[in-house]
Amino acid sequence: MASFAKFGNDLYSGRRSYDIVGKRRVYFIAGLVIMVLCGLLLGFRGLNPGIDFRGGSEFTVSNTQTLDQSLAQTALDEVVSDQVARVSSVGSSTVRVQTESLTEEQTAQLSELLAEAYGTTPEDVTSSFVGPTWGQDVTGKAVQGLVIFLVLVSVVMTLYFRRWTMAAGALIALLHDMVITAGVYALVGFEITPATVIGFLTILGYSLYDTVVVFDKVRENTDGVTEQTRFTYAEGANLAVNQTLVRSINTSVVAVLPVASILFVGAFLLGAGTLRDIALVLFIGMLVGTFSSIFIATPMQVALYHRNPVIKEHNEKVLTLRERRISEAEAEGLPAASVATGAAGLRAGSHRGQQAQPRRRPKSKR
Amino acid sequence: MRPLRTLTALLFLLVLVYGGLGANSLWGKGAMTPGLALDLEGGTQLILTPSAEGAQISDTQIKEAIRIMRQRVNASGVSEAEISSQGGTNIVVQLPGNPSQETIDLVQSAAQLRFRAVLTEAGPGQIDPAALQEQQDQSDGATSGDQGSSGDQASSGQDATGGSGDEASAAPSGGTVAGAHARAPEDDPSAEGTDAPPAEGDEDGEQPTDTPSEQPQGYTQEEIEEAAKQAADTDGDGTLSDTPATDPTSPSDTAWITEQVMYDFYLLDCTDPANLSGGGGDDPEQPLVACSQEGDAKYILGPTELEGTDVASANSALATNEQGTVTNQYVVQLNFTSAGGEKFKEVTQRLATLVSSGQNRFAIVLDQLVISAPSVDNVIAGGQAEISAPPTAPFTQDQTIALANQLNYGSLPITFDLRSQEEISATLGTEQLERGILAGLIGLGLVVIYSVAQYRGLAIVTLLSLVVAGALTYGSITALSELIGYRLSLAGVAGLIIAIGITADSFIVYFERMRDEVREGRRLEDAVELGWSRARRTILASDAVNLLAAVVLYTLAVGGVRGFAFTLGLTTVIDVIVVMMFTHPMVQALVRTKFFGDGHRFSGLDPVHLGSTVPIYRGRGRVRTGESIAERRRAAELAAAQAAAERDEGGSADGDDPPGSADGDDPPGSADGSALSSTGRKGDR
Repeated sequence: MASFAKFGNDLYSGRRSYDIVGKRRVYFIAGLVIMVLCGLLLGFRGLNPGIDFRGGSEFTVSNTQTLDQSLAQTALDEVVSDQVARVSSVGSSTVRVQTESLTEEQTAQLSELLAEAYGTTPEDVTSSFVGPTWGQDVTGKAVQGLVIFLVLVSVVMTLYFRRWTMAAGALIALLHDMVITAGVYALVGFEITPATVIGFLTILGYSLYDTVVVFDKVRENTDGVTEQTRFTYAEGANLAVNQTLVRSINTSVVAVLPVASILFVGAFLLGAGTLRDIALVLFIGMLVGTFSSIFIATPMQVALYHRNPVIKEHNEKVLTLRERRISEAEAEGLPAASVATGAAGLRAGSHRGQQAQPRRRPKSKR
Repeated sequence: MRPLRTLTALLFLLVLVYGGLGANSLWGKGAMTPGLALDLEGGTQLILTPSAEGAQISDTQIKEAIRIMRQRVNASGVSEAEISSQGGTNIVVQLPGNPSQETIDLVQSAAQLRFRAVLTEAGPGQIDPAALQEQQDQSDGATSGDQGSSGDQASSGQDATGGSGDEASAAPSGGTVAGAHARAPEDDPSAEGTDAPPAEGDEDGEQPTDTPSEQPQGYTQEEIEEAAKQAADTDGDGTLSDTPATDPTSPSDTAWITEQVMYDFYLLDCTDPANLSGGGGDDPEQPLVACSQEGDAKYILGPTELEGTDVASANSALATNEQGTVTNQYVVQLNFTSAGGEKFKEVTQRLATLVSSGQNRFAIVLDQLVISAPSVDNVIAGGQAEISAPPTAPFTQDQTIALANQLNYGSLPITFDLRSQEEISATLGTEQLERGILAGLIGLGLVVIYSVAQYRGLAIVTLLSLVVAGALTYGSITALSELIGYRLSLAGVAGLIIAIGITADSFIVYFERMRDEVREGRRLEDAVELGWSRARRTILASDAVNLLAAVVLYTLAVGGVRGFAFTLGLTTVIDVIVVMMFTHPMVQALVRTKFFGDGHRFSGLDPVHLGSTVPIYRGRGRVRTGESIAERRRAAELAAAQAAAERDEGGSADGDDPPGSADGDDPPGSADGSALSSTGRKGDR
């Protein structure tokens, strides 16, 4: 991993730099397009609600001899026509069959048929009933929690960073994550269960965690930015994003690894269930969250902060001064890079020798 | 010193948690494993939404509903049922194992509040065949004074004629309501002290047989049943008739007590908790055999006269005497609806005429259990009544509040809609738990492997920190499951696994900050401290956001979301503890070792690896680069050793060496600084 550490070193020193903040329009447009697409998907395709949202009957057949899913459909057809059973295997010897709401008679009948079909005793077939509003209840509470959380978090972030633009940038990034995650669900058609809602809510905390880390560095880099003229606010912020890039990648990878392991175990060993549902939504959300904390949150914060007249003025000042220095350096035949040091230009231990000395203007310009 | 002290404090914390748990499991009934929620242990979960027609359901009513459910479930022998309200609107009932449909129906059925006339009252026990035998040997008019003097509340038939003194004295033994009597607010207090009724009718002669309050000893259930049948079968035809001998003229008519009712009454054992489960389903048109709520008396009650809906409200208050001054006696004030008030007036009119026979009592029956059986001495009109206790055994405030709550609850016919019913087999739960743990171990392994790849030697800190965090989490969850009844659910397990990554994130933030400082050219010891002071802020801010999310989710959420939010919040707090009390002190301690402190190639803090090649100013604008801090340190150490050796020989150090770097312990940054300043001074000269 030497190359990765080198990559981090270069990013830190500014030797290698990605102009993320400068090209923010590109990312904004990309993010917006994806969000609109996701919104359209949500609007037209819609989400695939699980049984907790649809309501219906659910049968769990344990100690099965086989996991053949078509048996359940055959059994269901004998009881009622025109219904499609949603069959999934849970664990190694359990089959879950979901149907639309059945009457008590039908439920009893189907239980027996399922026991017969899967070679178990009727005691191993449990049936349950889910009202159509239970899932909505969970979601209703979740939405309520979401709104309260967002309000509180805006207050906390504004207080902590002393800049409302940071809270706004973080929230926009969060919105981006949520819409895209929901869009992926609409696109692929994964089932929405209460566990999915749980996972969805966790993305909030996680996405913000990443963003707070980046913003903390931005704040550090741009502390007293108006008191110097070497770099603009945007350049300082961009350096922060670059410097925290390795950190963002590392934290994301480390956070995603356990999620991926749950997803793996859940999908291949356990089948449908709480673990898989939570992990799936988190997996998508974390990836999107990492992307947004790098490409959306900070650029958005910078874009918002640029509306501040003080920053505007400072930008102009820095750019004019820099242009003047460059033109002066060019006039003297020095490389432009030697005077336009940027945000990361000064490092402890380095010395710029004569270059640091005040320059005489050429006679012609005096 | 400081890192060791912090580590010791953490060790103390761990010992405290596990010591407490160990002690609890050794000497208490605690366990060393956390309690498991339904989806891991197997069982049935019902989610019920209470609803009342056109009325808001208050928190106290939900609490009362939960109390009644708990009473029913516990009495039906289901152990460890958990009933709680969630999100303010739902009641979650968790029953372990695979409960029968009857239990599930029992939980769901609505509790009815009904007012019935008391036909007769007796002690809680079953009929005693021995006493019956004795009774038959003796004359019917046995005084059975010994039973009366036993102070037991057991009283029926003639024995109950002990009167109010008897009842009042029994009240402290749990009969908060038995001695109560009702009167209209403007009523004469002289109404107190009326006798409890001797039951009238054909059965009169047999009733003393029922007097023993204790469970008859040494008799089989068959013998008791036989005795009860014999005693109940008054016409001696060998069958128990189910129809009243004569048409009852009023709800207080003892003709309601048929042979069958009598038989049931004899057999009813109110000392058995199973009979105190309540449960609906009593026929309002028929007489009822019921226990008192505390199981200290049993009653035969006439048909229903008032329904719970006839009650407008009830509240606990201090009584006002005739002079209009407030006394220090707690009473329950009962307000009827206009229709209810009319009905109540009629009932009291009838009951007031029965004072002489002592049958002037009515019972307030909630969920088939008598919660209060006050006597009536006067007609109570105006739709307002007051239930008070005799002065010898006054109500406490808690008693009146409880009674008022029950009345209020009963006044609203709350029904429960089943929102979801979920059954999880125990084997599936175990499998889910095992797979969850497997996923956690895989996740942990992957995180450690990635850490090793990224942070080399520092990965050992990550691993140890995660182990400590795991130990703390396990300890806290077990402790919390003991203390507040927390149950680990599958969603909680998922939260714990995800927490591995989020906890490790804090270490990464810290390590990266530290590396940033090394890249800036700082000495390792300084990098650790400076990196920490900056990372700490970031970690605290991020964790605060996470904790906020967890708290909001926990307070608002329903169902599984709660379990997840709980573990999320808990692990966030533990993350902060571990980073502050373990990871940082550990790094502080490690950086003093040669391996880490010298920036060994595999320590993860190798300045060369981190590209900390600080250019060295050679003077006159010339910069010499390419030499790493580590190299310079090594060179400096070598030079120092040489210098020492030469000094021993009386020689001096090589003049080419920068003066600052002669000192091996000098930090690289300051070495540069001194090199710079010394060359600067050279330039000045």
